[in-house]
Amino acid sequence: MATAGSQTSGEYISHHLQNLHVGEGFWSLHLDTLIVSGLLGLIAFGGMMLLARKASSGIPSGAQNCVEMIVSVVNDQVKDTFHAKSDLVTPLAITIFVWVFLMNAMDLIPVDFLPLAASSAGVEYLKVVPTTDPNLTFGMSIAVFFIMIAMNLKFKGVRGLLKEALTVPFGKYLFPVNLLFRIIEDLAKPISLALRLFGNMYAGEMVFILLAVWMGASYWWVPAGAILSLGWALFHILIITLQAFVFMMLTVVYMSMASENH
Amino acid sequence: MNINATLLGQAIWFALFIWLTMKYVWPPLQKAMQDRQKEIADGLAAGEKGRQELAEAAEKVNQELQNTKEQAMEIISQAEKRSGELVEEAKNHAKVEGERIVSAAKAEIEQEVNRAKEQLRTQVASLAIAGAEQILQKEIDANSHADMLKRLESELG
Repeated sequence: MATAGSQTSGEYISHHLQNLHVGEGFWSLHLDTLIVSGLLGLIAFGGMMLLARKASSGIPSGAQNCVEMIVSVVNDQVKDTFHAKSDLVTPLAITIFVWVFLMNAMDLIPVDFLPLAASSAGVEYLKVVPTTDPNLTFGMSIAVFFIMIAMNLKFKGVRGLLKEALTVPFGKYLFPVNLLFRIIEDLAKPISLALRLFGNMYAGEMVFILLAVWMGASYWWVPAGAILSLGWALFHILIITLQAFVFMMLTVVYMSMASENH
Repeated sequence: MNINATLLGQAIWFALFIWLTMKYVWPPLQKAMQDRQKEIADGLAAGEKGRQELAEAAEKVNQELQNTKEQAMEIISQAEKRSGELVEEAKNHAKVEGERIVSAAKAEIEQEVNRAKEQLRTQVASLAIAGAEQILQKEIDANSHADMLKRLESELG
C-alpha cells in the first residue's frame, strides 16, 4: 500500500502522525485538527440548530427523532448526576458528546483515504482524527476546567470555595495539606480528561496504521490485515462512543461536584 | 506531543459550539420535547377520564334501570292494590246502595200501606156514616159527632 513507493515503514508511520501545521514554536497551528474539528462541529451543530428551529411538539420526523433521542439520553444523564439548576450543563454535555463522538468517528475512515486524497490535492500532511491531537483534548479539558471554576464561584462564592479548599477533607488545622490536595485534585481533572481521550484515540489510530503497514509489507498479508482492520474498526465503534460518553459524563460529574457543597 | 496555539483555537471552537448549543439547539428541542410530553400526558389523562366517565355513565344507567324497574314494580303493585280496593269499594257501595234501595222501597211500601189503610179508614168511616145515615134516615152532623167518628176511626186503624 503506502509503503509501495520509496517510503519505509518508519517514514509512513511518522508521516501519518504529522500534523499539517503553519507557524513555528508555540504560535504554530495544526490546520488539519482545527479544520476537521471545526467542520464537523459546524455541520453537526449547524444541522441541529436548523432542526431545532423547526422542531415541533407533534410527531417528530426521522432526523428530529434521532437528535431528540441523543439529546434526551444526555439530558437524563445530566439530570441523574447534576442536581443544581443550570442552563449551561446540559448544552455543555450535549456539545461534548456529539462533537467528541463525531471527531472520534473519523477514526473509522480507513487510514489512508483522506491523507491520500489530500496529498493528491497537494496537501502534504493530514491527520484526520482531531482527537488524536493533544491540543484538541487539552483545549477542551482546560475549557471545562475554567467552566468548573466558574461553577464553583457561582454556587459557593469566593468565601465558600476558599473555605472548602482549606478545610476539606482534614479540617481547618491541616489547611496547607487540604489546599495542596485540592489543587492536585482539580488539576488532575483536566489532565486526566484530556489524556484519557487522547491516549485512547491515539492508540486506536496507531493500531490502524500498524495494520496498514503490515498489509503494505506483502500482498499475502492483505486478507488477514483487512479482517483484523475490520474487527478493530467494529471494536472501535464501541471505543469512540464510550470515550465520548466518558468525557461527557466526567464533565457533568465535575460540574456537579463544583455545584454541591461537601 | 507538541502543545501549541492549536489548543487556543480548539478552545475557541469548543466555546463557539457550546454557545450554539446553549442558545439555538437545546432550548427549542427541550421545549418541543416537554410540550410533547405534556400533550401525551394530557391525552392519556383525557383518555383515562373518558374511560372513567364511561364507567360512571354505565353505572348510572344500571342504577337508573334498577330504579325504574323498582318503580315499575311499585306502580304495578300499587295498581293491583288499588284495583282490589276499587273492587272492594264498589262492592261495598253496591251493597249499601242495594240496602238503601231496599229500605227505601220498604219505606215506600209501608207508606203506601199506611196511606191505603188511612184511605180505607176514612172510606170506612164515611161508609159507616153513610150507613148510619141510611139507617137513621137523618143527617148526622159531622161536627157534633166528631168525637164519635174519631173514636171509630181509631178503632178501625
